[in-house]
This record gives sequence, structure tokens and C-alpha cells, in this order.
Amino acid sequence: MANLTINGKAFDVDVEPDTPLLWVIRENIGLTGTKYGCGIAQCGACTVHVDGVAMRSCGVQVSEASGKQITTIEGLASDAGLHKVQQAWIDNDVPQCGYCQTGMIMAVAALLKEKPKPTDQDIDEAITNICRCGTFQQVRQAIHLATNV
Amino acid sequence: MNQMPALNRRAFVIGTAAVGTGLALGFDIPFGGPTVVRAADGSPEVNAWVVIRPDDTVVIRIARSEMGQGTLTGLAQLVAEELECNWSKVTTEYPTPGQSVVRKRAWGDFSTGGSRGIRSSQDYVRKGGATARMMLIQAAANEWKVPASECRAAHSVITHTPSGRVTTFGKVAEAAARLEPPTDVKLKDPKDWKLVGKGVKRLDTVDKTTGRMTYGIDIRLPGMLNAAIKDCPVFGGKLKGFDEAKITGMNGVKKVVRVGDSAVAVVADTWWHAKTALEALPIVWDEGDSAKVSSASIAKWLEEGLDPAQPAFIGNQNGDAKAAVASAAKKVEAVYNYPYQNQAAMEPLNATALYTADKCEVWCGTQNGEAAFAATLEASGLPADKCDVHKQILGGGFGRRGQTDYVRQAVLIAKQVPGTPVKLLWSREEDMQHGKYHPITQCKLTGAFDAENNLSALQIRLSGQSILFSLRPEALVNGMDPAAFQGLNASGEAAIGYSVPNLLVEHSMRNPHVPPGFWRGVNINQNAIYLECFMDELAHSVGQDPVEFRRKLMTKHPKHLAVLNAVVDKIGWGKPAPQGVYRGIAQHMGYASYVAGAAEISVTDSNKIKVHRLVAATDPGYVVNPEQIDRQVAGSFVYGLSALFYGGCTVKDGRIEQTNFDSYNSMRISEMPKVESIIMPSGGFWGGVGEPTICIAAPAVLNAYFAATGKRIRSVPLRDQNITFA
Repeated sequence: MANLTINGKAFDVDVEPDTPLLWVIRENIGLTGTKYGCGIAQCGACTVHVDGVAMRSCGVQVSEASGKQITTIEGLASDAGLHKVQQAWIDNDVPQCGYCQTGMIMAVAALLKEKPKPTDQDIDEAITNICRCGTFQQVRQAIHLATNV
Repeated sequence: MNQMPALNRRAFVIGTAAVGTGLALGFDIPFGGPTVVRAADGSPEVNAWVVIRPDDTVVIRIARSEMGQGTLTGLAQLVAEELECNWSKVTTEYPTPGQSVVRKRAWGDFSTGGSRGIRSSQDYVRKGGATARMMLIQAAANEWKVPASECRAAHSVITHTPSGRVTTFGKVAEAAARLEPPTDVKLKDPKDWKLVGKGVKRLDTVDKTTGRMTYGIDIRLPGMLNAAIKDCPVFGGKLKGFDEAKITGMNGVKKVVRVGDSAVAVVADTWWHAKTALEALPIVWDEGDSAKVSSASIAKWLEEGLDPAQPAFIGNQNGDAKAAVASAAKKVEAVYNYPYQNQAAMEPLNATALYTADKCEVWCGTQNGEAAFAATLEASGLPADKCDVHKQILGGGFGRRGQTDYVRQAVLIAKQVPGTPVKLLWSREEDMQHGKYHPITQCKLTGAFDAENNLSALQIRLSGQSILFSLRPEALVNGMDPAAFQGLNASGEAAIGYSVPNLLVEHSMRNPHVPPGFWRGVNINQNAIYLECFMDELAHSVGQDPVEFRRKLMTKHPKHLAVLNAVVDKIGWGKPAPQGVYRGIAQHMGYASYVAGAAEISVTDSNKIKVHRLVAATDPGYVVNPEQIDRQVAGSFVYGLSALFYGGCTVKDGRIEQTNFDSYNSMRISEMPKVESIIMPSGGFWGGVGEPTICIAAPAVLNAYFAATGKRIRSVPLRDQNITFA
């Protein structure tokens, strides 16, 4: 049994303690915006925030997430509307297939919390998600766009 | 290992079912008629392509699959252009292949590959839009009792010009749907386009930023179970047996099932439980003779095919290249190779199936709805009127999702748990090791010069794998795979851009047991590296500038030359580059589009490459959405350079060695400069844009690497030579 707080809501889920957080979020909670890409923390498609820090949820056991604040892509927007990163993504028409983009957005949202005006070098160092469609050019533009809001 | 070309009956049945005879009852596009066909919500279809709701929402039907390339938006633009509807009220939906069969293939071809989504359906989807517009105008004219010729449509509003009376599409759609469709439909002159050619935003972006977009992997059905699968790691091997008792009682496990003769799947409440149990399941394989095959044995066999004494198919020839080489004043030779590559779409392969005694439904991302439908029929054993496929948005396709192996598996599993929907998801490892790989080839090139250093002959001898042999044997021509010569043909949509007095292009077909497939760009990927790097070699061998050398051979190929000139100008060829920065160029043709690329790189320690600038030019004939072309071109460099630097699937003991992104890496944002894209449509033809640029990415960088280091790289990937990004 794990007690999780996801997007501000409490969940008790009956899973083995070593179940990856990714699969608990997707299969037990039913939030499918967090994606499976590799299962070995290489691609970043499953990025969520754990206590505000971007983490690859396929590499986090559910027992380690217990008692922490977990935010998924579904919880990124607020009552006031979309998160500025989501809005920048829409304004810059970033996604192609879009599959990796929710993880990419979560990684960028965490970066902007830490560095509100990241340089290109900051972006290069912090954003290591894989995108096979190759949206990097639009991702970079959108990050700069989001910081000017 | 040596597989002789022979007709694969199963592939033949499925392949032809998808392209015509099996499913097609004739390609008859219904443009409306007295019987009103209604969408699910009751709104009338004006015709198969256009549904208009009373609130003026325009639903445009799209048969091709959206996998990131923007075809959903581009095709909607083409329909909307002719329809004269309000773009802000446009939405799209997929018809199902089952509906298409019932309606005599109303939406034509569903296949989404070969960069043909727009170019091969632009004519009939525009006619669909134009026909609907004429019917809507006619309905308004009937109501007003005025001639239709006095009415015009714009932004979903119909105006009777003399009286100024207006109505909207939503108000007359019901009446329009009852009219006989016109037969004399004229399309707009491209110069009158207002929406086509505009970089409007994609229609599918918002849900992709909020997590609401449903991909195949996200399907959830009531009572659904999940399956994880392992296919024999050696291609062509068989499943001998498994010890089910070892995993019965593991959490969530419901069933262990055979899938065909080579795979086993665990069905469980969650996929995590299924995968965990599958990993604990003892499995015995009959790996067969192919277990002896390695990359080295394949390379040796392909190398033998470079020997002119071995038989080969001739794909293109003029003059007498062999004689010209024999009598040449100077001769240059080089051997190149290109490895297997996995498409590695971000969304691992998956399909959800529900099978009952009289029905089989599948939910999946597929690049070919009709092929997935045919696979569903075959695997379920049920007739067409009892099956359907519900296409989902694809988390990448790159050619892999044009195949239907995963659909067939999902149905075979679902048949063993009838009445319960089952989602089959491949692990990344399964996806990486059971690809339909970019074919492996080697190439020997020979150039000959006359005494004045003019190129007098060029011989290109390819040796290696044929995709069509494996996947579409019915498309072989007397055993020859015409697609193997993509980009090296005398004419057509993938023609060589050089005129050489004596030319010979041959292919010694050798098909190892590793299954090949369509990998975004297909055969232009290696052919462009071979030709464009060798052109550079030839130029340097006679001390000529690589651009000037090419230009002399391109006088009869003005469109190839135009894109080359465009990148030459933009990159500043002939002008000094920044300190330590070197340039390379390449040009090619594929999918009826002309593309050229130029790279500026610097190299440190002779093995660390920093790519500073990338310039690309594309002439696709017509442009539907320049913003999407920009994105396809930029993304093509990421795909092409990922394959060059990090790609390459190797074979050991008959299986693929790479298992995940740690051993089959992909470029990151830090490695990718901005792509400066020139879009230069010259009109009069329709070319694709999803693929061609990939093929010029690698040779542009490789030629720049030679300029920087004096070392010629003739083997992909660079990681095998300890060369990486700086």
C-alpha cells in the first residue's frame, strides 16, 4: 500500500513498494499524460515533479514517493489557466507527434522554477529529454518565449 | 543465411489487401447524394470529407495518419481552401477502415508513408472540399430561388451578391446533403490560394501540451487486461516452450499465452505485473540456424556482393561505364557502408484488441489503417463486416507503424481471452530488438576521369538488403527491387541530379535474416551518403571545389541545382568561414522533392564534432504549410544525425544487440543547432517533405568533417569510430 499525493489529491494504492511511480500514475491512478518511453530513465518522457524537482518517474519506486508532493502534466495548469510553459508550447506550435512533449514540458517547468531566465547553455545542461521527431529548435524558442511572459 | 527471392504468400495477401484487391470494392469517392449520411452526432455529411454541424463547426475527415508530420492540419487546409469555410471552426476526425470498406473505399488510401500523405491525396481531398462548397451554395440558391452563379461562399458564409442576402454553411448543410453532387468540379488555381501556403497553427497542439491527447498506449477500456510479450530473440526462431507454473500466482497474472509460433505473452491486470511476470518466465527457444549470424558474417557476405563477378540488378545505366573506367586516365574508388537502424518511435508499439465470437475491434496507432484492418481480419478469422480498427494518434511512426505485426499479436492474444479487451504493449527492449530495420548495405563507387579531369564514368555498386523482397515481394520487378535505387534513378520522383557520360548503378541483392523495413527516408538515406560523399571525394581527387565540380554535372538538372545553389549562397560557400569552422554540402532528390543541405562544423581532438550551422533548401513543388515544412526539415536533421552519430543496430548470435536508448542513443537539444530552412517551391508538381531532408544531413556533415580533418569517413555510425558530439 502506498499513500501518494498527486496533483494535490491523496491516493491510497495497493501496489508492490518497488513498482515504478510511472506505472502507478498511469495504471493505478489513470493519469496517462505521463508517458513510458524507455523505462531506464534515459528519455525523460515520464518526467514528473516530486516535491518540485523534475524526476523520471520510471526510475522512482512508489515507496520513495510516498508522502511527497507529486505533480504530473495534468496538474501543471492552475485555476488561472495553463502554465506559461504550456502556453508557450501552444504559441510556438512545438509538438510534432507530441508523445515526449509532456515530459519535456515538465522538465522545462522545473528548470524555469530554478532559473527563471535560462541561457542557452542552461537549457543544454538541464533539458536532456529525447525527442525523435526533433522538435528541439521549437523547444528552445518556446523556453525563451515562456521566460518573457 | 542466403535467402533467395521468393514470394512470401502471407505478406502478399496482406500487402495486396491493403493496396487494393482484398479490400477495395473500387475507389469510388462519393460526393454526396439524395440519401443523407449522418455523422455519429446526427450532423449531415455534405460528402465523405465534410460534415457540417448546425453551429457551423466543420468536421473534415482525414484518412491518413497523424504521427507528428502535420498531415492532419495540412490535409484539412486543402479541403478548407476549396470549401471556403471558417478555419477557426474546423475540426478533424478519422474515418475507420471498416467504414471505408462499407462505403466502397470512400476515403481512398489510408497508407501514410513515403511522404505521400498530402501529395497523393491533394487532388481528391480538394475536390471533396470544392464539391461540398458547390452543394452548399446550391442549397442556399435553391432556398432563395436565385441562380447559384450569383452566390459566393467565404468563411462559411454564403452571400447572394446582387441582394446581399446571407446565410451560413450550418443553416444549409442539411439541404445541401440532399443534393446530387455536381460532376463538373474545378479546383482553384494555386495562385488564388488563401489558406493553403499559410503557416497556420496545427489543429492538434493543445491536447499534446496538457496530457489529454490519447495515444494507443493510453487506451483504457472497461475490464481491460494488459499484456507483455517476448518474441524469439533470433529472427525466424520459434517458441519451444515455457514453464508457466513458475509464474502462476505472481501478482496480477491472469494467463500465459502462445502468440503465433514464435512468441509468448503474459496477460495480467496491469502491464507492470505482466512485464514483471514475463521476465520471470522460463522460456525455451528454438533459435534455428540464424543464431550463428553476426554483423561480421553479414558484412562479409555483403562485401562479396561488391565483386563485379557476382550477379546484380541494373537500376540505371547510360553509356558504357565499365569500358570507360577501363580506359580512364585516372580512377578513384571507395567502399562505403550503412548499418541497420531502428525507427525507435518514442511510443513503443502497442495495440488493444477486443475479440468476441462475432466481432473483433482494435485500437492502435498505425500508419496504415487498411493494413491494420487486414491484419485484424486475418488474425481474428472474422469477415470484414465484423471487424474494425480505431486509429489513435501516433507517438511517432517513422515507417515502423506501417507494419502490422503488433496488431496481429494483439488480436491473437485477445482471441485467447474472448470478451475481455487486452492492451498489448511492447517494452522498449522488445521494440528495439524486434524492429523492421533500415536495410543494411555496402557500396563500392568508382569514378573515372579523362585527361582533362572531366568525370567520364561513374559506377555505383550496391550490395545488401531489399525491403520490398521482405515486405512487398509483389513489387519486385523480375526479382529486382526498384526502390533500392532510390535517388539514383534516371528519372522519376527520386532521380539522380548528375549527368555522367557513362553511368552504371547496380544492386547485388543479399537478404540476411534480420527483417528490414521502411525507416523514415528509406533508401535515399544510404544512397545520398554514398553518392554525395563520393562526389566530394571525386572533386578533391582532381583538386576542384566540391560545389563547382557538382555544378558542371548538373546543367541538365536545374531543380537539383537550384536547391544546391540556395544552400551554397546561404552558408556562404566560397567566403571565409569563422576560425576553425569547416563546411560540407550535399544534395539529393526523394519523394518528388529536391533537397540540399550545408553544414558548418568544428572538430576537436579529431573526434569531437560541434555542429554550428545547418542550412537546408527544399523544393517540394507546392507548399501547404511552410511552418510544418520548417519543422519537418529541422526534425529531419535530428533524425538523420542521430542515425549518423549514435545509430546502428548490430547483430550477435542472430539477434540485435541494442536494447534501449542507452545503447541506441538519440540526439539531445545541446547537440542540435538551429536549422536555417529555405523553402523554395517552384510549382507544377507535388513533393513530400516528411523524409527527403534526412538523407542530406549525414553527407553534409561527413563532407565538412573531411574539410576539417582531411579524413574521409565511409562507415556509419560514428560511435563505432569513437567520434561523437563535442
